[in-house]
Amino acid sequence: MYQIVAEIELAPNIKQFRINAPLIAKKCMPGQFIVLRTNEKGERIPLTVFEKDPGEGTITIIFQEVGKTTKELGRLRTGEAIQDVVGPLGTPSEIRNYGQVVAIAGGTAAAVAYPEIKALKLVGNKLITILGARSKDLLILEEEMRKYSDELYITTDDGSKGHHGFVTDVLKKLVADGKKIDMVLAIGPAIMMKVASEITRPFNIRTIVSVNPIMLDATGMCGVCRVRVNNEMKLGCVDGPEFDGHLVDFDQLMARQNMYTEKEKESLHAYEAKMKK
Amino acid sequence: MELNKIDTGISTKEMILNIVLYKEDPNYPTVYRYFRRQEMPKQPIVERIKNFNEVALGFEPDQAIMEASRCLQCQDPQCRRGCPVGINITSFCGYVREGNFDKAISVIRESNSLPAICGRVCPQESQCEAYCAMGQTGSPLAIGALERFLADYELKKGITMPSIAPITGKKVAVIGSGPAGLTVAGDLAKLGHIVSIFEALHTPGGVLAYGIPEFRLPKSIVAAEVDYVKRLGAKLETNMVIGKIFTIDELVEMGYQAIFLGTGAGSPYFLSISGENLNGVYSANEFLTRCNLMKSYLFPEYDTPLIVGKEVVVIGGGNVTMDSARTALRLGVEKVHVVYRRSEQEMPARREEVLNAKDEGILFNFLTYPLRLIGNSRGWVEKVECGMMELCEPDETGRRRPVPIPNHSFTIDAQTVIIAIGQGPNPLLSKVTKDLETDRDGRFIADEWGRTSKRGIWSGGDVATGWADATVINAMGTGKRAASSIHQFLTTGQW
Ligand SMILES: Cc1cc2nc3c(=O)[nH]c(=O)nc-3n(C[C@H](O)[C@H](O)[C@H](O)COP(=O)(O)OP(=O)(O)OC[C@H]3O[C@@H](n4cnc5c(N)ncnc54)[C@H](O)[C@@H]3O)c2cc1C
Ligand SMILES: Cc1cc2nc3c(=O)[nH]c(=O)nc-3n(C[C@H](O)[C@H](O)[C@H](O)COP(=O)(O)OP(=O)(O)OC[C@H]3O[C@@H](n4cnc5c(N)ncnc54)[C@H](O)[C@@H]3O)c2cc1C
Ligand code: SF4
Ligand code: SF4
Ligand code: FES
Repeated sequence: MYQIVAEIELAPNIKQFRINAPLIAKKCMPGQFIVLRTNEKGERIPLTVFEKDPGEGTITIIFQEVGKTTKELGRLRTGEAIQDVVGPLGTPSEIRNYGQVVAIAGGTAAAVAYPEIKALKLVGNKLITILGARSKDLLILEEEMRKYSDELYITTDDGSKGHHGFVTDVLKKLVADGKKIDMVLAIGPAIMMKVASEITRPFNIRTIVSVNPIMLDATGMCGVCRVRVNNEMKLGCVDGPEFDGHLVDFDQLMARQNMYTEKEKESLHAYEAKMKK
Repeated sequence: MELNKIDTGISTKEMILNIVLYKEDPNYPTVYRYFRRQEMPKQPIVERIKNFNEVALGFEPDQAIMEASRCLQCQDPQCRRGCPVGINITSFCGYVREGNFDKAISVIRESNSLPAICGRVCPQESQCEAYCAMGQTGSPLAIGALERFLADYELKKGITMPSIAPITGKKVAVIGSGPAGLTVAGDLAKLGHIVSIFEALHTPGGVLAYGIPEFRLPKSIVAAEVDYVKRLGAKLETNMVIGKIFTIDELVEMGYQAIFLGTGAGSPYFLSISGENLNGVYSANEFLTRCNLMKSYLFPEYDTPLIVGKEVVVIGGGNVTMDSARTALRLGVEKVHVVYRRSEQEMPARREEVLNAKDEGILFNFLTYPLRLIGNSRGWVEKVECGMMELCEPDETGRRRPVPIPNHSFTIDAQTVIIAIGQGPNPLLSKVTKDLETDRDGRFIADEWGRTSKRGIWSGGDVATGWADATVINAMGTGKRAASSIHQFLTTGQW
């Protein structure tokens, strides 16, 4: 059992948990994730390690409550425990000095991008960060991002803060303005990563994305997380989650993400009905 | 002796043999010899295809005594040679015949720490039973069923623990809790070593837990056998992916003097045909893991979903194929087709399971192979286009190789396709352990004692080289030898 030692509600339905997991805290690198299972009957879901504190023996996760498992997770309180936590999983990000990096993060994916942005900054990159959300109250980690960014752009889909529009609009403008960009890190919904990759493709700007296929074991055993990269089959959980955005088949990724949509709804409804009782 | 009046169900040849033996040993209760081979009762077909309960129901005590009484108690028993862990079958059958089940199971336990599992899933027909002398005259002794009976008897009663040697203080790490790892851990714990098992998943057992379905191997049995290994003193740490949380070198630094790698062959092969990434297409590993490990047959009580359409195609011909097909059937589908590129004789699946599958209504397409998977506009699989094979003349090896018949294709409707064409060794650990030699497929190279290219590291089971048949009992056999080699190393320092 893995105890929750602190909790914060960052935004409506977005929570941050600090979890006791000393071994993972020692080992985890930027870009890596854990898989957790809330209880005996639960599903295994992947979540990025947002921060680690090897001294305290804790890791921090940030998650958005989107379905049954994340909602159930969100009901846990400090002092309670998660049945299973396994990690660190996935291949760590390649952290080196590229020069000027544009990092774009959409939605909860800010939590996924943050450890890498921080690490990139600490090895000497110049960071231009574009942080987006659907609206102002869903915007998370603005202060943290500012700390590690040389420039920070904010976008919201509804215009309640910063640029009215998408994170990719800003990327497009930076590219069009001829800004020197040595690397783009795009992390968010698959569609956003696809658009970002299309923007940089004609300019041959190295673009790294973090794919989020459905996962099960996350040890390379089941193949559910397979993603087509450069026409080869890759496993998101062990070969990834980061790949060259210009080589990823995003359409297939998106189609596969929706495989269980109906069942997920059924599961959520059953859960909500149970909670009402 | 009124032989004619008894429905003996055995051949005249066998009967004559029995009379001969009777003459040699007049005290032997010959009448039992005239019983036919006892078969385990099974759940009726119409019912079992609707549930996940075990299909075969096990012997009753009197049935077990009858069956064991058929054993000829051979002077030079061949059966034992057919068992990869060398169980003294003659001896345990002798005790069963006397009704001394406690003694009988203790004989099995001397060589096999997972009898309830082996009794159920061993391919007995090609191992111990294939060598049984009775096979020449009639039908071989039902050794597997007897082993299962005894193990279940013991589980019900509570397992008596063997004596454990005094603590040696030597630390051993076992990576993977499949049959290979559990065997190593059990044997070394009994010898007094301090054993830790590291398992990547949340539940121990390897394929026994995530692959082989409940209706063939109940998970409570696996849990009980794992529990036995734990009670011998082995420590089990789940949720530990070695290579990620610790490297092999780190385990060495942590004071593990011997390390056994039993990480299995868990990496699914795909076909590399078009349409393989459509929705509705599963690897057998994914399909079975969802169903067995995550219990999606109990969705939504259990959270993990599994989607099956009305028609299912399973591609392959091994145990994994049969398990996938029969699992799909139990999820309430209308038709399950197996597509296999060779003929029925070449199918590597256990004969018994093929017959079970046929009884349950699985449809078989032999000499058939998939050309491509065809999807609909929403990205879901709809049809499997198949080609046909014919068997050509036998080649140098005497095997008739299937060759495609040109321009001969047809389609099968399927909303679910399960690819069960085999799996390779899990590369996760070998990738980060550069100084361990592997073969072309990524298996750890190990000698007959399981020693790898690196001092202090052993490997066995499906992830190690040298095993033609990936079976539970072979994995255990490699584990046994590795354990004795490790023990020797720990006590003498000799590699
Ligand atoms: C490597 C990786 C890192 C991630 N990191 C984070 C993070 O730091 N914070 C965060 O909020 N989210 C993260 N996610 C997404 C998170 O895993 C999903 O939001 C979560 O699984 C949803 O589960 P649910 O039962 O609550 O919702 P559901 O209603 O079951 O699913 C909603 C959607 O989530 C996705 N999903 C469902 N089950 C799984 C699964 N087993 N594996 C992967 N995706 C699934 C599907 O696309 C689905 O349509 C990450 C995903 C991946 C692959
Ligand atoms: C569906 C199916 C049906 C089968 N039916 C039969 C049958 O009827 N009869 C029969 O004899 N054989 C059968 N087999 C084959 C048999 O199950 C295997 O040969 C046997 O389980 C191999 O044992 P193992 O100990 O080598 O590995 P596995 O059972 O594969 O166990 C390996 C374990 O190691 C863990 N692991 C992997 N990597 C790591 C890591 N890096 N760190 C920590 N842990 C790790 C895995 O999670 C797993 O639990 C079947 C196989 C399958 C898939
Ligand atoms: S372990 Fe397997 S091969 Fe050995 S006696 Fe038992 S059933 Fe036969
Ligand atoms: S070979 Fe058959 S009959 Fe002979 S001892 Fe073994 S089980 Fe009994
Ligand atoms: S999640 Fe199973 S192989 Fe990646």
